[in-house]
Parts: sequence; C-alpha cells; structure tokens
Amino acid sequence: MVGCVVAELGHFALILASLVALMQIIIPAIGVFLMWPKWMHLVHAAALLQFFLTAIAFAALTQAFVQSDFSIALVANHSHSAKPLLYKLSGVWGNHEGSMLLWVLILSLFSALIVWFGGALPIRLKTLTLSVQAAIASAFYAFILLTSNPFERLAIAPFEGMGLNPLLQDPGLAFHPPALYVGYVGLAVSFSFAVAALLLGEVNAAWARWVRPWTLVSWVFLTLGIALGSWWAYYELGWGGWWFWDPVENASFMPWLFATALLHSATVAEKRGCLKSWTLLLAILAFSFSLLGTFLVRSGILTSVHAFATDPGRGVFILAILIIFSGGALALYAWRGSMIVSDNVFAPLSRETALISNNILLVVAALVVFIGTFWPLVAEIIFGRMLSVGPPFFEIAVTPFLVALAMLLPLGSTMPWKTASTAGLRHLWWVFLSAVLCGTVVLFLDNAHSTLGALGLALAVWLAAGVVADLAKRAGMGRGGIRAALWRIFNMPRSEWGKSLAHFGLAVTIAGISAITAWESEDIRLAETGDQYQISDRYALRFDHLGLVEGPNYQATRASMMILKDSHEVAQLFPEKRFYPVSGMVTTEAAIEMGFLRDIYVVIGDSQADGRVTVKAYIKPLANWIWLGAIIMSLGGLTSLLDRRYRLASVGRSRPRMTPSPALER
Amino acid sequence: MLSQIQKKRRIHLVVASGLLLVIAALLMGYGFRDGIAYFRLPSDVVNETPPPEELFRLGGLVAEGSVIEDQDNTIFEITDSDHAVVVVFRGILPDLFAEGQGVIALGRLADGVFSATEVLAKHDETYMPKEVAKALKEKGLFRAPVQ
Repeated sequence: MVGCVVAELGHFALILASLVALMQIIIPAIGVFLMWPKWMHLVHAAALLQFFLTAIAFAALTQAFVQSDFSIALVANHSHSAKPLLYKLSGVWGNHEGSMLLWVLILSLFSALIVWFGGALPIRLKTLTLSVQAAIASAFYAFILLTSNPFERLAIAPFEGMGLNPLLQDPGLAFHPPALYVGYVGLAVSFSFAVAALLLGEVNAAWARWVRPWTLVSWVFLTLGIALGSWWAYYELGWGGWWFWDPVENASFMPWLFATALLHSATVAEKRGCLKSWTLLLAILAFSFSLLGTFLVRSGILTSVHAFATDPGRGVFILAILIIFSGGALALYAWRGSMIVSDNVFAPLSRETALISNNILLVVAALVVFIGTFWPLVAEIIFGRMLSVGPPFFEIAVTPFLVALAMLLPLGSTMPWKTASTAGLRHLWWVFLSAVLCGTVVLFLDNAHSTLGALGLALAVWLAAGVVADLAKRAGMGRGGIRAALWRIFNMPRSEWGKSLAHFGLAVTIAGISAITAWESEDIRLAETGDQYQISDRYALRFDHLGLVEGPNYQATRASMMILKDSHEVAQLFPEKRFYPVSGMVTTEAAIEMGFLRDIYVVIGDSQADGRVTVKAYIKPLANWIWLGAIIMSLGGLTSLLDRRYRLASVGRSRPRMTPSPALER
Repeated sequence: MLSQIQKKRRIHLVVASGLLLVIAALLMGYGFRDGIAYFRLPSDVVNETPPPEELFRLGGLVAEGSVIEDQDNTIFEITDSDHAVVVVFRGILPDLFAEGQGVIALGRLADGVFSATEVLAKHDETYMPKEVAKALKEKGLFRAPVQ
C-alpha cells in the first residue's frame, strides 16, 4: 500500500513547488531592484528546488499509472491494467490533468536549465528571467491545484480502469504532446527573457544571443511535435489526410510561425543590433500564442476533433492567465519598448530587409490563421450563426504568404548584411533556370494535369538548389582550388550548416506537399474477397482474404490485400477495423505501404450483410517527404544549436568572448 | 542623419506591412466565400432551403433504421426529431457513425437530397458534436446521446 502514500506525497510536493515558485518571484525581484546580491542568488536554489518538487509530483503520478492505482480518479478514468507499459506511461499525459502537470514539469525544467547553462548571463537579467518564469509557473500551479488536481482520490476504487482512448494508444501520439509542450514551454523562456530585458530597459547583441538558443530548442521541438501529430493523423485516423486546419492544429501552427519569425529576427538583433524592439515583441507574441494554443486545446471552446477537456471553468482560468501575462507584457512593451533603439542602418537591398520581409510574411500568415481559427467563435457571438471555417479558406488565404516566403528565401539567405548588390545574386540564375526547367519537365510529363503541382515542385527545386548554390558560393568555388573550397565549407560555423539544413528541409516538405496535393489518386468501392481491380493507372489491388483476429486488447476485422504493379506483386497490406471492448470504441487501422516516392494507403469500412466491405485505396506521391522535410528542418535547428557561440556556460567560464553590456552587468 | 534613414525605413516598413495586410484582407474575403460552411439542422433546411451550390454542414441524429447501403453509396437520414433530410454519401463512414448518434455531414442540398462529401463524427465517444448538441438544446429537442 505504498501507492497510497505516494500520491499524497506527489500532491504535497506540488503544493510545495507552488510555494517555492511564489518565493522565487518575489525575493529575487526585490534583490534585483534593491541591488541585494544575496537575495538575487536565492533564485538559483529556488528554481532547482521547484524543478525537484515538480519532478517528484510527476514521478508520483507516473508511479500511480504504472502500478494501476485505480483509487486515483485520473488513473481509473484513463488507464487500464491490461495496457502495455508504454501506453500506461503515455497515459500520464494523455489526459487534461496529467498534461498540465507535464507542462509545469517542463517549465520548471527550463528554469533549472537556465540555472545550469546560464553561467555567463548577467546576474540581474538571469534573476529577473527566472522570476518571470516562476510567475508563469505559479499561475499554472494554481490552475492545476485549484481546477485540475491529478491526485484526486475516489471514495471507492474500481477494480479496473476505463482505459485510454484507443486512438491515443499509439507511439506517434505517445510522444506528440511532450514534444509540442517542450516547444510551447520553451517559448516561455524567450518570453521571460523579453520581459526581464524590458524591465531592465536594455537589449543588446548579447541578449539576442542568449535568447536565440532557447527559441531554437523550442522551435526544434515544435517542428517535431507538429510533424509527429500530422504523421499520427495520417496513419491513425484513417482519413488519409495529413493536415486538416483543425483549430488544435492551428493552435500549434501559430506559435510555430511566430517562433520561426523570432528565430530570424533574433539573428538580426544579434548580428546587426537592429530589430531589437521587434524581437522583444515577437518573443511576447510567440508565447502568447502558445498560451492561446493551450487555451484552445484545454477549454475545447472551438469545435475540434481533438478537444478532450470540455470544462468552461478551466477555460476561463487559462484565459485569465493568457490575459494577465500577454496583456501585462504588452503593456510593459508599450511603456518601455521605445527605450530600445536600433544601433545600425541598412540598405533596402540587404539581408536585414530580407529577414524583415520574412518576419512580416510569417506574422501576416499567423494572423490569417488566427482569424480563420477564431472566426466561428466571432460569428457565433456577433451574428448568432454557427459556422465552420474549412481548409479552402486557409488554402486560399494562408498559402500565398508562405509561397511568397519560399520564393524570397534563396535570395535573402544569400544576401550579405548591411547592403547587397544584384551582382551578388548572379549565382542564383542557374538555380532559377533549373527550377524553371524542372517545372517545365514535370508539366510535360504530367500532360499539364496540375500546373500548381509543377509550380510547387519548381519552388522546391528553387529552394534546394538555392541552398546548394549558397554553399558553393561560400566555399568560393574556383578560388584556390577544390581543397581550399572544401576546407572553407567544412569550417563554416555550425549555425550556417544549420541554416542550410533547415532551408533544405523546407524544400523537401514543400515538394512533398505539392506532390501529394497535386497527384494523389483515390479509389473507393465496395469489394469482396477474390476481387481484383485497378486503383490507379499503375497499381492494382487484389482482395485476398477477410477474417477476424484477436489483438491484445481488441478484436479486429482484418483484410488481406495484395498490391500489384504491372501484374507484379509489390506489397501485401492488412487494413483493419478494430473494436476495443473496454471503451466500446471502434477504430480504423489504415495499412500503408511506405515508399520513398509514394505511399499506398488502404482502409476498410464496415462489412456489409452480403460480405462486401468498402475499400478506400490511395496512392500518395512523396507523402513521406512532408515529415522527412520536418525532420531535416529540426536537425538544422539542432546543428545550429551546437554552434560555438551558444555554449553559454563554457564561454562564461573559460573565454569571455562576448562582452555583456554594462547596463545588464551592473 | 542616422535617424533620418531610420525614419525612412520605418515609413517603408509601415507601407509594406499595410500593403500586405490589405492583400491578406482581400485573400481572406475571397477565402471566406469558399471556406465557410454554415451549420444547419434539418428543420432549418426545411424552413429555408439553401441554394444548391452552397456547401454547408447538416447536423442532427442519424435516424433509427434509416441506414441503407446502395451499391457504393450509403444512404441515411439526419433528423432533429421535427424533420429529416436524406443524405447520400460515398466513402467510408467514420468509426463513431451509428444510428441514433449525433453526426455532421458536409455537402450540398439538391432536390431535397443532401449529397455529402464528408461525414464527421467525433473521435471522442463521450459527447455529441458540439453544434448538434447546442442546436438541439436550443430547439428543446436534446436528449442525452445513447452511450
């Protein structure tokens, strides 16, 4: 009966953590303004202690899930003793209360990381940043303790749990929420840095250099989290789609757009001392949108396929947190933002201008997504009509900005700082020509079926070849022989490699999106065993068998199908329809033959009385490129993160290369 | 001197952003024409028939005993207890689709028959589609869905 005590211990640790967080806000902040170093230094211990206590709470909840302690309401509602261990673990965050606990765990982990890796940070900036972190944490501790206590006990413990939603029993989804949360919460660090800088009234190149790695971490995880979610929707939901412009997807996409903008503007602030004030604003907005995302998901305010917590009280609480933090930070920005002035000027044709264009396009795209996402709510409140805003809206209103962004990218990323010349862009001519050539060849091969598809692929080539051309230019091909060129290219800073990788990844994703949108083929029909038919120009499907199988915690109707290409057997697929007796749910399991150039995707519907089933078969060209590109982008982010200039702790200890500003140092 | 150039840049910036926002507004206006789908109950459809080209969402309960498989199509009725509309759908019905359950279909109404391109039922088995529950409640027709 150790479990009995452990849950109470977890609850108690969480209460203590909230008290530590309260102390972490007040005492160090007083220390900063009264210049009392001892009070400031308290922040380190407080941040570490807070992380330790939250980790205990999280461990206690995890233990309850692993041990299937059904006397805890949350475990009884969301777990089942027959569930595999991985899903017992993912069950910890596969529900509202547990996911909020994960949220504060990550937030306090980030604070601890600031303590561990922030050795080089000026003490006042670091202290205030950690205070702001603690303020955010306290709000969420209050939220958890007052509205969503994960440790609540049941008066009478049931013998068996109600099980986790079988759709969520999936490796892709087991790691999708934690990845997204690291992304969302990482933006809290950028936010805290921005608020601290505003309070201190100083932003310099060093500040931008300190903020960027945190934004990068968060961006990498957001990218991975969104890609995982999209991949999960693709193979698990059985609709064959990979992006639905669902409010909850938009909730993660908006912070991603802001984080991307922030990454780029922080570069300008760091390298050129311009856009500092704008970077602060972006840091505030990026986190505001991740809070907004949390609000959307947690309140279920918008009709959404994902909402699994519909409790208005919680929604109002998160809305209050959002208003206090975003509103407060924006007010602070309005008050102090004008104190921050640019150090430099730049020509109309320069990398600065290119990055500003990048920022404006990303922010406008995010605003359009925002309006589209909230329009149903506005319409219901103001016009009293229920409506939904579907994918056509977003495709028409968002895509043009993202396409424009991709078109500008190779130009901007190769331009020098301060001032650029058109002569310096000459090496992009062959890139442009190869893109046009590629588009033309595709259009020709495709018999001009899809002009948009050809344009999309041309855009991808423009980006990918642009990356190569940029690298070749940096290597200085033709200057001092091939060895010197290779030496130069391999000694490029890692952040340059990161940038190239990330941009290349974007090209891969664009190619995937274009191909799947333009050339996907779909076949739906009622079929029975023994049937063989063409599902596209090149592929045929032979329906071999239909039978019942018994899974670990479900029963399935499984079809056996052979995919034939020019009458050769290429793949055997087993699409299923599963029934989970514990939750009484039915799920569709798509069978996917994954390939580098195409996926073959088959789903079956319910069996008819006459033994026939609906069979839906798709050929999805370049489907995997969408997620492959996202993985390459994340790798780019990671590479950039390993750049020497971000090694905060080591720089601080061994060689103080960067000179923090006197104002921040004091 | 410095601030002169900065001022000029700021003006450029404001003009460029303004231009983009105008473009965004135009695109959104255009996007709303195709992207918005109103929600209607069968009674709304009967009282005021929408034009055949309008894409909208029809919500209600799947009428008991109304589901028929005909060749490759599924035919069923969506009802709000007052009125019912016949829906024709070709494709795989969602896992949670069942007679007596809440459902939303996206499609167009022509000659009294609703041709659905998409049929949605929630992933979440514990509640009805929000709009359906709300609209039925407003009409006083709401019954707790059969779990």
